[in-house]
Amino acid sequence: MTTHRVSGFIAPRRRLQLAGLLSAPILWLGLVYIVALAALLVTAFWTVDTLTGQVQVEWTTANVVEVLTGALYRTVTLRTLGIALLVTLIDVMVAVPVAFFMAKIASPRLRHVLVIAVLAPLWASYLVKVYSWRALLSADGIIHWIATPFGGDTPGYGIPAVVMTLSYLWLPFVIMPIYAGFDRVPDRLLEASADLGAKGARTLIAVVLPMIWPAIIAGSIFAFSLSLGDYLATGIVGGTTQLLGNLVYTNVGAANNLPLAAAISLIPIAIILLYLAAVRRTGALRSL
Amino acid sequence: MQIGRTTRIVLGAVTAVVLALIYLPLGVVFLNSISTSESLSWPPPGYTLEWWGRALQSEGALHALGTSVMVAIAASSIALVLGTLAAMALSRYRFFGKESINLLIVLPIALPGIVTGIALNNAFRTMVGVQLSVWTLIIAHATFCIVTVYNNAFARLNASGTRLEEASMDLGAGLFTTFRLVTFPHLKSALLAGGLLAFALSFDEIIVTTFTAGTGVTTLPLWILQNMFRPSQAPVVAVIAVILAVLSVVPLAIAQRLTAKDAEAVSR
Repeated sequence: MTTHRVSGFIAPRRRLQLAGLLSAPILWLGLVYIVALAALLVTAFWTVDTLTGQVQVEWTTANVVEVLTGALYRTVTLRTLGIALLVTLIDVMVAVPVAFFMAKIASPRLRHVLVIAVLAPLWASYLVKVYSWRALLSADGIIHWIATPFGGDTPGYGIPAVVMTLSYLWLPFVIMPIYAGFDRVPDRLLEASADLGAKGARTLIAVVLPMIWPAIIAGSIFAFSLSLGDYLATGIVGGTTQLLGNLVYTNVGAANNLPLAAAISLIPIAIILLYLAAVRRTGALRSL
Repeated sequence: MQIGRTTRIVLGAVTAVVLALIYLPLGVVFLNSISTSESLSWPPPGYTLEWWGRALQSEGALHALGTSVMVAIAASSIALVLGTLAAMALSRYRFFGKESINLLIVLPIALPGIVTGIALNNAFRTMVGVQLSVWTLIIAHATFCIVTVYNNAFARLNASGTRLEEASMDLGAGLFTTFRLVTFPHLKSALLAGGLLAFALSFDEIIVTTFTAGTGVTTLPLWILQNMFRPSQAPVVAVIAVILAVLSVVPLAIAQRLTAKDAEAVSR
């Protein structure tokens, strides 16, 4: 049998097995993704012919310099970063108690139901959910209707609306890894901690938190990076708010200036890479 | 850990409130699908089933649904193969550069969709010189789906250890036989969970899709984007969203049951 012979040949050759396993994924990600990404970064140093709108291979640092020094880009970067951090913080603060309840308090039956209840909205179309928030936030929407008797009102379309909508959209992505993290904490460890005299809070901080920290970071990567690149939700509920994604989108589409768009996208790429580098040691990349 | 009664009740209440908030917008979508008002004004002036009838006959929507299912199946199949291979390599072998490969797999989902989108768009059109089509779309989707399969498979392989595989090899089974009879059955439910996640990711993706789908290719999110702001179509879009959310419970429940069972068996 041929498979048998192949198997016999490579069984003692670990390097060969490794090469066989890794070559396809690496070729795919390298050829499709890394080459495309590198090409985009190179494009940031090219120019656009003002007459024809075609990209020209004429080396210049003008785009990158403009992005790094222009006041518009600094303002939008800070705004995007602020919104992304706020959304991440809100999601983690909401997700931790919910995930803890799901993993450690709910009965197994309730746990199954809760997991499905948290995951099901992910299938209900991102766009439809954003549209629904547009309706909730509108001048004759539910938030207005509920808040008016208490002297409040809908925040309308703007930065608060963007923060609310993005926090809503990414919440399931943050709950799930943190739930899995709590689920991996064995109950006997909590019992041991209690037997040794630790109170609930002490056990949480000294035993549970270090164990679920990678999961929290993993969840935060989702909320942070998804917020950092969003432009659709911002366009629908953000009023005139512009984030980095909107600037990139405008320059690819209406302005037809790919080099400038590429230069702008260097900002979120740099931010994400810094974030990933900072959290790499926690092992969070494996909990995504 | 002794969890006090008060803590239990407070956390239960928080969970209930959060779930209510999660379902509030979906409830609004449902009301929109049966409201006589075309815009989403509150409270709804009256109720009708007209939109449900129109949605079930909407050729554009059904065709887009078909395209989305096809793309999602193709992309998650590719992701299943590549993700499993990568997970086997990273969990069973020691080598230099593991961290970099891990980063390489995570990057397509960690970087903003618009960056991935314009990078691939630029590569397909100007570097390779192909027209955007359903194939470029599938390639793009598969690229960011690999990570979900990889992570599920890697976690399972790490948890189950290598003892059984070594025993199988010691008893004379070859590499492929060991994979088929020992590793794969262990891995199956993790792959199902990862594959399902990949399917969902591809099915709902809109940003990378905008930049990598050919002109004639309309996935469901693209169709929704085109019709969402058209007054006579908005309620039809709502109907589709409700149907999808309800239908999604079935595969989720199956995957949930399978992974829970297997994870227990592995950790024992």
